[in-house]
Amino acid sequence: MTLPGEWEMVVGLEVHTELLTKSKLFCGCENHFGSEPNTNVCPVCLGLPGSLPVLNREAVEFAMRIGLALHCRIAPSTFHRKNYFYPDQSKDYQISQYDLPINSSGYLDLPDGTTVTIERAHMEEDTGKSTHLGGSGRLAGAESSLVDYNRCGVPLVEIVSGPDIRSSAQARAYAAELRGILIATGASDGRLEEGSMRFDANVSVRRPGEPLGTRCEIKNLNSLRSLQRAIDYEALRQIQLIENGAVVRQETRHWDENLAETSTLRVKEDADDYRYFRDPDLVDLAPDQTWQDRVRAALPPMPAERRAAVLALFAAPSSAQRDAVEVVIDLGLDPYVHAVASASGDTTLALSRAANEVAANLKSVANLTVDAFVTIVAMEQRGELSATQAKTVLGAILVDGGDPHEIATALGFEQLSADSLGATVASLIEDHPDEWLRYRDGDDKLAQFFIGQVMKLTRGQANGKAVIGELQARR
Amino acid sequence: MSEAITREEVAKVARLARLRLSGDELDMFTEQLGQILEHARDMNALDLADVAPTAHPFGLTNVVREDVVEESLDRDTVLAMAPDARDQRFAVPRIQGEAP
Repeated sequence: MTLPGEWEMVVGLEVHTELLTKSKLFCGCENHFGSEPNTNVCPVCLGLPGSLPVLNREAVEFAMRIGLALHCRIAPSTFHRKNYFYPDQSKDYQISQYDLPINSSGYLDLPDGTTVTIERAHMEEDTGKSTHLGGSGRLAGAESSLVDYNRCGVPLVEIVSGPDIRSSAQARAYAAELRGILIATGASDGRLEEGSMRFDANVSVRRPGEPLGTRCEIKNLNSLRSLQRAIDYEALRQIQLIENGAVVRQETRHWDENLAETSTLRVKEDADDYRYFRDPDLVDLAPDQTWQDRVRAALPPMPAERRAAVLALFAAPSSAQRDAVEVVIDLGLDPYVHAVASASGDTTLALSRAANEVAANLKSVANLTVDAFVTIVAMEQRGELSATQAKTVLGAILVDGGDPHEIATALGFEQLSADSLGATVASLIEDHPDEWLRYRDGDDKLAQFFIGQVMKLTRGQANGKAVIGELQARR
Repeated sequence: MSEAITREEVAKVARLARLRLSGDELDMFTEQLGQILEHARDMNALDLADVAPTAHPFGLTNVVREDVVEESLDRDTVLAMAPDARDQRFAVPRIQGEAP
């Protein structure tokens, strides 16, 4: 979307991601989405008197992985209590990192070349989940609320970008790239639909060169689509306000996906006075260089590097191929494509099969070994399998696993090996000398005759291109 | 920390902590908090340039536990402690305003 007139939007994002630990941040309750309500709660995460929080080492490792992947500085950090009264947590404060976050001063490069600064990526605990009764199921008009504390105390990392984003599309690209990075680090499953990643957007508008305008924070955007639409709506709302002579009030706003608009949640006043103070139950966190080096060394390649590595396999990738590369990177299927490249196979075919057939069966991708994939692509490339047959074999392996040759044989595809196809073509030439002479003299239409004969003999399982190859080899 | 704490500041802190204080209580706590801050001012008078800030009595860092799942509380026991519960959840009165 283009903004009217001279206007420019300035956007910063705060992204919360839950960490894939087994247990919660400060207690041993299971960190699990979808458990029966209030079954993963204990004195610590309920804030019962006398309980003491102890930090989860794995959560620290994940936070460091995220920080290192975002080129942050890891520094000694502390935990504070953020005090507020709201039933999404029962101890009346949330443990978070305040003035000394574990990660600070990083950056993220977007695929379009823009660099977005990362101000900080700090650890905190998630809150419980409220269900509002009465009214329309939303807070406004609800008569009472029910709270499930299973999520309370689940480890989060909040990643705060600088105000470097200039369009809603760029905000979306940032969120998507960050999601890929979080998944690559193993810290997050990136499941937006389960709320394991959530976005807040700080939006303001200005004319280029002017100082930053007053910003509004849009809360609880839980899809890339909502993020993009909400930012566009909010920027236009602010521009209209200013052009009509009004001023933008600094406030927190709620995005309603159905109404496609933002509305005031609360005006920023001393509601923001959270009386932060150091949590006396928790000591400093100061990962030493050895610990940091160990985490850094174990960090897998990030999406940008992997994207570049796959694209490098293609001299001039088409736009469809670029899209396929995105799918393959997003789903972590690039090892399949690289394996085919290493075996000097057909990378175009490999990319297509990975981005389509394999991607469509992602749930059972563990059944497909890299070797099996390389073999199937090679069999298709050699004409031993038609495209349809290759997809069938791939599909069968994705369901049950197994050896490509054995499955091809079991499905009756194996007779189409290059040798047997060659023998079939040779015997057809012997049986049809007139057609063969006319073909050899340049009548290419006769190729269709031979293909038809081969198909008849093989009950339609031959690869037309491979037949032409055999004919041309004998011409 | 050069000025003594004012009655208005104490009233604000009380409001943030959702404490309802009477006028007498406000006077009393203004005086008491003032005395505590006076003590901090005494320390400020010392030359502590070479002393690292102490946020915790023990110089401990990196106190962590392994990521192991332990048994949670029994739900019925938990909900029985709550003033009100419904549908396996804690029932709370009407909420004024959204989460921070």
